[in-house]
Amino acid sequence: MDNTFKDKAIVCKSLTKQFGDFKAVDQITFDVEQGEIFGFLGANGAGKTTAMRILCGLSHPTSGEATVAGYNVYKEAEKIKANIGYMSQKFSLYENLTVYENIEFYGGVYGLSRPEIKQRSEAMLNRLGLAAEAKKMVGELPLGWKQKLAFSVAVLHRPKIVFLDEPTGGVDPITRRQFWDLIYEAAADGITVFVTTHYMDEAEYCKRISVMVDGRVEALDSPGNLKKQFNTDSMDEVFLQLARRAKRS
Amino acid sequence: MKQLLAFIRKEFYHVFRDKRTLLILFGLPVVQILLFGFALSSEVKNIGIAVLDNSHDVTSEEIVRRIKTSSYFLVKDPVLNYAEIENRFKTGEIKCALLFPSHLAEDLGRSGKAQVQVITDASDPNNATIAVSYITAILANYQQQLNHTASIPYQIIPQVRQLYNEEQNGSLNFIPGVIALIFMIVCTALTSVSVVREKELGTMEILLVSPFKPLMVLVAKAVPYLALSIVNFIIILVLSVFLLKVEIRGSLLLLFAESILFIITCLSLGLVISNQTNSQKTAMLISMMGMMLPTMLLTGFMFPLENMPWIFQALSHVIPSRYYYIIIKAVMLKGLGFSYVWKETLILAGMAVFLLIVSLKRFKVTLA
Repeated sequence: MDNTFKDKAIVCKSLTKQFGDFKAVDQITFDVEQGEIFGFLGANGAGKTTAMRILCGLSHPTSGEATVAGYNVYKEAEKIKANIGYMSQKFSLYENLTVYENIEFYGGVYGLSRPEIKQRSEAMLNRLGLAAEAKKMVGELPLGWKQKLAFSVAVLHRPKIVFLDEPTGGVDPITRRQFWDLIYEAAADGITVFVTTHYMDEAEYCKRISVMVDGRVEALDSPGNLKKQFNTDSMDEVFLQLARRAKRS
Repeated sequence: MKQLLAFIRKEFYHVFRDKRTLLILFGLPVVQILLFGFALSSEVKNIGIAVLDNSHDVTSEEIVRRIKTSSYFLVKDPVLNYAEIENRFKTGEIKCALLFPSHLAEDLGRSGKAQVQVITDASDPNNATIAVSYITAILANYQQQLNHTASIPYQIIPQVRQLYNEEQNGSLNFIPGVIALIFMIVCTALTSVSVVREKELGTMEILLVSPFKPLMVLVAKAVPYLALSIVNFIIILVLSVFLLKVEIRGSLLLLFAESILFIITCLSLGLVISNQTNSQKTAMLISMMGMMLPTMLLTGFMFPLENMPWIFQALSHVIPSRYYYIIIKAVMLKGLGFSYVWKETLILAGMAVFLLIVSLKRFKVTLA
């Protein structure tokens, strides 16, 4: 691979994942700039999760090439893992641990030292307005706060890229808006954000989006350009036009 | 290493905050020991006994008189021949028979030695053992009195034959069985559930995406339960020694070493189970049905293995607790050393290694 790859946060070239006869991910090619907020869209079963798992080093591709933070997904999965953060659609903090214990645990897993954890968690809790809740069990917090906390924990170790898998599922619009403020803050700090979502208003917040249909990337551009390309003024319409092409479901 | 410590600390938080886990972990052993110790080993009274007296002399009649006056036995009509004893065992009228040879008093007077025969129905091994010990005690008592008055020490030696279960397995040696059972529950069930819980919660995904090594996840899951099981083992030993007055005859060090080996085997088993399923309920069910029942039924601590059909006997060979039970019984109750249990130890170690390898292999499969 040439050196231009080093400047990109994520590069995929003809990336394919096959389960038997089924091509979950079919020759996808795209790249993500550093510090970019990249929306990764697609209907359920389009192959988003599989592609994301490959990029996170959880699964090996069948063929094609991909680098994440400059590291090869085949050979350098461990280095990738140290440089990314991840937040899944399932809520991923421990309910019977306090807010601070959760932070301590994830900080510890990523190898942060105790003073680092202490200092960063203080700054983070102050920013979130959760300083008073540090000793509360996470299970007692309302869902919106949990999601914001989960995101902040996912970027606690200052990864180069953070993967968000439908992070705002089941959250009210106001909290979603606040959640995206956090995402913008992270992006402003230079963290690349790779996010999947089913909310089209959230797609508008992304700098560029890709839409997957049947394992292939069918469209990739800024939300504005995509709307022009599909002759409509709503992202919903763009998504529907693309999703209707799907043959499998 | 620091990562591992953070993980282990987290596991301890989980254990100490979950009341159900705590209850299983520390409540269960105490209840089991008390239950098995007091409820299931109570005294037996009014054991039906028949006497075949070929002597009809002072000694035999004195012994029968003593048996009659004890509250433990109900002396039935005397029998006249051996075949009758068999028949009355079969009808269940008697559980025990006492046979005196001819010239009992004469033998005793001349050689200072005499023999009587005790036959018990050992299809109920506990009662049989108790009956034998009562008769032995009565004979010993009588013997002592004789020795007191006579110049030559007399000896009446009971020749015990336990019908239907000659070896007397499945007697009151339940403590080793309970220990095996508790480790099976605590280590296997709790470990598998704690791994599967992370899968259910979705935190496993986060852990796999982190630089934390999958092998370390398994280690971090196993270490707290290993530590807690050792604490548990100490509790059980203390209860057994001080409450149930069980004497630990063998080396304590060997006992601990063997127990740790068995705990590791159980933990590995728990990890294997956790790799097979994604729901806590299934994990619990497999641990309970698949591990606990065989431990209760096929290790020989409740029901003697020798009396089982060959297929169950064969099946019992793949159950780790069977070997642990043999080891603990030998070391704790019989005071035997390592040279007597090395074979079982080797088998147990082999099982532990095999299960660990399987769980590791399986864990990687879930990653791909």
